[in-house]
Amino acid sequence: MNRLRMAPSAYVWLLLAGLYFLLPLYSTLDFSLKENKAGTPCCTLHNYGWVVHNGDFWHTIKVSFLLALETIVISLVLFVPTMYWVHLRVPKLRPVIAFLALVPFVVPPIVMVVGLLKTFKWTPQWYYGQPWGFLATAYVILAFPYMFFSLDAGFRAIDVHTLTEASQSLGARWTTTLVRVIIPNIRTAALAASFLTLAIVMGEFTIANLAAFHTFPIFLQYVNESQGFPAGALTLLSFLITWTAMASLLLVGRKRGARGAVIAGAR
Amino acid sequence: MAWLVTLPFFAYVIAFLFLPAGSVLVGAFQNNANHVTSSNVRLLFHHPYVDAYWGSLRISLVTAALGCVLGLFVAYAAIREGTPRWIRSVLTTFSGVAANFGGIPLAFAWIATLGPLGVVTTWFRNSGHDITYQWPNFQISSERGIELAYLYFQLPLMILVIAPALDGLRKEWREAAANLGAKQWQFWRYVGIPVLLPSFLGAFILLFGNAFAAYATAYSLDNGINIVPILIGDYYTGNVLNNPHIAQALAFGMFVVLAVMMVLYIPLQRRSQRWAK
Repeated sequence: MNRLRMAPSAYVWLLLAGLYFLLPLYSTLDFSLKENKAGTPCCTLHNYGWVVHNGDFWHTIKVSFLLALETIVISLVLFVPTMYWVHLRVPKLRPVIAFLALVPFVVPPIVMVVGLLKTFKWTPQWYYGQPWGFLATAYVILAFPYMFFSLDAGFRAIDVHTLTEASQSLGARWTTTLVRVIIPNIRTAALAASFLTLAIVMGEFTIANLAAFHTFPIFLQYVNESQGFPAGALTLLSFLITWTAMASLLLVGRKRGARGAVIAGAR
Repeated sequence: MAWLVTLPFFAYVIAFLFLPAGSVLVGAFQNNANHVTSSNVRLLFHHPYVDAYWGSLRISLVTAALGCVLGLFVAYAAIREGTPRWIRSVLTTFSGVAANFGGIPLAFAWIATLGPLGVVTTWFRNSGHDITYQWPNFQISSERGIELAYLYFQLPLMILVIAPALDGLRKEWREAAANLGAKQWQFWRYVGIPVLLPSFLGAFILLFGNAFAAYATAYSLDNGINIVPILIGDYYTGNVLNNPHIAQALAFGMFVVLAVMMVLYIPLQRRSQRWAK
């Protein structure tokens, strides 16, 4: 059989897909290199200079990055011990949590934020009016399905029972077992989930916009509306952040136990 | 009592997922004086709310259908025998990233491509074809334009979801079918399509929900388009907040549509794992 050659239709499909996927990226690059005046010749780094010297850019990117870190820390503290315990002692609860991880599909961010704004209206300003309070707690829920799928795969790949018994027969306490035995063994799964969470939080627009917080995507949208060419530079930077987070995820994911859902993001 | 250790987790999910979701359900059936009423939900069946649901359904169905069919062909082109392995790994890696390229940056990339000053628009204009004049109905800030932009995350999602199912179509089955005298179409009719169908339909639902819930991309391309997430957003970001219960009813409607999708999805998901390696 003459199967070694690439099918002609495969060429066509892959070429079309390549064109469709690369054209917007190329156009963004092209935009980012244009001068803000008509008639000037191509290629200036002026727009990148605008970004670097913009105080709002540094402020919002810092807010989004710290938010991402906070979300990752809360998520890991909340989910790692829970998943450990579920795999060790209460495997009956695993399907319950797996079901809960599907709920955010039915309650997407645009629905969630409506409920959050209503439910927590009465709370003090340090929670309701601060990204570190309101937004971070919401983002932990956004991260939950991805944390679950990644950590679950990680815990399934190790022998939780044997590791725990070995650790305890050597006299370790629960906390020692968790920190020094279990966590090093699910490190790649936890890292993968963390990078995914980073990508989600750095791009999240819906909740931040409806709850009126000034995060990086909000700043990006503001620049989109007001200044086309610097927006090209900012957009490329934003792609780069997502790309770096996802590439790191795939890099750590190559090792065992870190495979999970890699579908997330701010639509 | 072992489950007590999981209490913080369940408490968190109840407080920040179930309570807010519950408050949307309750709020949808209340009026401004907190009395029970069905008037908000009944309002959903009238202009302009019902049009927003139709708009959302149209965009979701179109992009899910196109995403599924085109994504299947692209994934198959990359996975089938004869295509070099590196193409497959480049495509799946890129899809993993691109499925996360949503929102504001994506919208800008499309404006830079097909907006009034976009690169492709300019190419056409310089070669004597003003596409804004020749195809006045096509704009990136229109329903067609938003659909084109959504495909940028729909296609990669389809490729990610369907690739394992295509891998599940084992070479031996094709050989066995050929040995028994089956023609190409017979293989697809009796083996290929029945095995792929549950995964394909499951992916369709996933893509549908993905587009149905999308807010940022549409907001950035055309914040005047009449779809449900934009309408909900208007109640909070605009100056039309006179009755938050309408926004809650709109959100409740989305929840109902997505819940129906989820009920359809779970059995399909289970079936599609039957042939997984």
